[in-house]
Amino acid sequence: MTYAVEMLNITKDFPGIRANDNVTVKVEKGTIHALLGENGAGKSTLMSILFGLYQPTSGTIRINEKEVNITDPNVATALGIGMVHQHFKLIECFTVTENIILGMEPTKHGMVDTKSAAAKIKELSELYGLNVEPNSLISDISVGMQQRVEILKMLYRNADILIFDEPTAVLTPQEIEDLMEIMKRLVKEGKSILLITHKLKEIKAVADKCSVLRRGKYIGTVDVKDTDEEKMAEMMVGREVSFTVDKKDAKPGDVVLQIRNLNVKNSKGVLGVKDFSLDVRAGEVVGLAGIDGNGQSELVFALTGMSPIESGQILLDGEDITHKSIKERCNLGMGHIPEDRHKHGLILDFPLKENFIIHEYNEAPFCKNMILQEKEIDKNAEVLIEEFDVRSGEGKDSLTRSMSGGNQQKAIVAREIHRSPKLLIVVQPTRGLDVGAIEYIHKRIIEERDKGKAILMVSLELDEVLDVSDRIAVIFDGCLNGVMDAKATNENELGLLMSGSLRKDGAACEQ
Amino acid sequence: MNSKKDTLLISLLAVFIGILLGVVILIASGHSPMILFNALLRGTFGINLTMGTGLNLRYLGEFIVFSMPIILTGLSVGFAYRTGLFNIGAEGQVMVGGMASVVVAIMVPLPGVLHVIACVAAGALAGALWGFIPGLLKSKFNVHEVVVCIMLNYTGMYFSNWVVRALPGSTESKTAMIPASASLNSDFLSGLTGNSRLNWGILIVIASVLLYWFIIEKTSFGYSLRATGFNKEGARYAGLKVDRNIITSMMISGAFAGLAGTIVALGVFNQGRTLAAFENYGFDGIAVGLVGACNAIGIVLAGLLFGMLKVAQPIMQIAGVPKQIGEIISSSIVLFVAMQYGIKIIIGRIAKRRLEKKEGSVSQ
Repeated sequence: MTYAVEMLNITKDFPGIRANDNVTVKVEKGTIHALLGENGAGKSTLMSILFGLYQPTSGTIRINEKEVNITDPNVATALGIGMVHQHFKLIECFTVTENIILGMEPTKHGMVDTKSAAAKIKELSELYGLNVEPNSLISDISVGMQQRVEILKMLYRNADILIFDEPTAVLTPQEIEDLMEIMKRLVKEGKSILLITHKLKEIKAVADKCSVLRRGKYIGTVDVKDTDEEKMAEMMVGREVSFTVDKKDAKPGDVVLQIRNLNVKNSKGVLGVKDFSLDVRAGEVVGLAGIDGNGQSELVFALTGMSPIESGQILLDGEDITHKSIKERCNLGMGHIPEDRHKHGLILDFPLKENFIIHEYNEAPFCKNMILQEKEIDKNAEVLIEEFDVRSGEGKDSLTRSMSGGNQQKAIVAREIHRSPKLLIVVQPTRGLDVGAIEYIHKRIIEERDKGKAILMVSLELDEVLDVSDRIAVIFDGCLNGVMDAKATNENELGLLMSGSLRKDGAACEQ
Repeated sequence: MNSKKDTLLISLLAVFIGILLGVVILIASGHSPMILFNALLRGTFGINLTMGTGLNLRYLGEFIVFSMPIILTGLSVGFAYRTGLFNIGAEGQVMVGGMASVVVAIMVPLPGVLHVIACVAAGALAGALWGFIPGLLKSKFNVHEVVVCIMLNYTGMYFSNWVVRALPGSTESKTAMIPASASLNSDFLSGLTGNSRLNWGILIVIASVLLYWFIIEKTSFGYSLRATGFNKEGARYAGLKVDRNIITSMMISGAFAGLAGTIVALGVFNQGRTLAAFENYGFDGIAVGLVGACNAIGIVLAGLLFGMLKVAQPIMQIAGVPKQIGEIISSSIVLFVAMQYGIKIIIGRIAKRRLEKKEGSVSQ
């Protein structure tokens, strides 16, 4: 048995914090090795060390059984290490080929030889079943395809050791399945893969071994086939984790949100939401299930006032809010955890404490006579950070941009739930979070429900929809395709409804 | 981390490297490098190394007079920038501001100190109006503010020239002198600085700097402007009035620039002038705003640096350095200050390498 990567007794200190404490990870050649840990457990630091972005404080690294000193990413590349980052590093207006050869362009008579490069890329793409068209523009291809371009970039540079940093965070369920197949294909061809993730299901599906980190410390390595998700979750979090949401039956009250025959155009100018009607009552969670791109975003944008509607009506507590502004809806008791945390949810260049007051910055107690009340702002931030366990380098004064994705998400959830609005519209609330944080956020959503708030939750994760919701509405091609009792349905039935293979009465539109 | 102290050190280092390059250029073009130091010291404080004369307060006063309007245009550009807008129209706003102040000075007789207050207000308002137009077009029709601002610079210049010529008592090139009640001249400040042209405009500058800091950092209004500037979509999601913020921000930005025109007209020339070309107060303001990192103290320091370079140039010219070389030197200093970020990276790398060497020697 030979090892492709051996990171032995790695310790990395940053000022005031030990990010990795005596961590040992050994990856066998031709296997998929998962690296599991909560947000901020030190996975990224460890991989940055392997990729030459950081130098370890102590410890040794061996690649293909030889001790190496990886001083910068160029050394890593020369050693055959490649990394697919969570946020792709592609140029939108370049073609696939141009992106892949960037930095090592083959030339012929002093000119860039894209033709032969494209041929080589096509060949690689076929070998690994990637199906990438070398001459497409990046801006024209889907996120899943873009990720494959990143994979090709590594393969083109002859990488044998591939690091995937949370590769499924941005993918749709179908794309995730495809990626799993691709990864299996890659190891079959002799590559070794290090998979950073906190999704246990995916580890179970593809990985051979799994090493677990917790708060910088190495907990252990397990054979994936000999373990189960519960066991791995326990290793990661340090206590037993419940995967099912513990909740009592809902006691639905009055209708809080009424959506009546709503039609909304999408960015391409055609109807993205068609004749959509749905009620959400106080004290219940209605989950909206659907395959990505079936009108969920358009619906949420229309409900929250972020984009105009074509026709229809939206009522909040009986009051017509169809033409009210975002602010007015907010003041009437609507909360919104947006899908895109960077674009909408946060002002990344603000310190954390300023992000917490974005809805109430000009109201007492945060503002008196137009002057910001810094003491109140600080106090509010301390309460939210404590209550929701938002972790960051400098607490309330941390630049939001510098925080990890999971903690950014927790900050938004904290802000919106803390206001306790009577209608909470929640989109992908746990995207990118580890199981511990997911458990907590689900618990808080149920608590809001039990306080008598109405909750509309949009999620692409079927498990989440099934676990948290009391009723489940399915959206397919912009239309409502059935509303089910969460206890009386299952993944299979939902899958059929989501894909349109099964039509429920009340599915108002025909193709 | 000592980030504030680091920033200051890096700024000083940048100025130092810039001056060093100036010295190299002077030597390469066959001049004594002392000319540069002499010009900077003499222009700013009146200290003449070769003649051995000491501090001359008149030079200090003139240096401040040169810095005042570009600090104001720096505030103008910085304010818009904090809201995510690029106000390249400060030039035009300066001219209409100066013109409006002179119009009120000559046409609206008011008693006592009311007169000068009305003139200053007119300058700020005219600048604000000149900023309102691109702000409105941007928020309502999504016309890029840079295009509108550039066009309004020309409109501002020719419109101001036309108004100035139409005033009673004007010649082709200038208006009559404004009445004393409208002037910002100060015998007190002038006397204090050896009869320089230092005037009450300095109070306007100080008040503007404080107001800038206060609005941006301390008020809820500043909060909403900063949010809009950093992330327009995020601000919209939170229900902030993004369109209104764009307009108000451009108006406040324009008002700062208008005041720059006011203090030049009422404090330095005491009359309105027609201009054949831009005087570059607005364009200097862009560099001052950006070099000053769009924060109040930074803009004051950057404005003073620009003022220093401005007063040093003619002195270098007298010492036989061609105007062009003088300008190359000033520009290099500005360039290095603007490259602070790059300098920071280089310093970071050197520090890292040194640390590694040290660690390496320890482990061996």
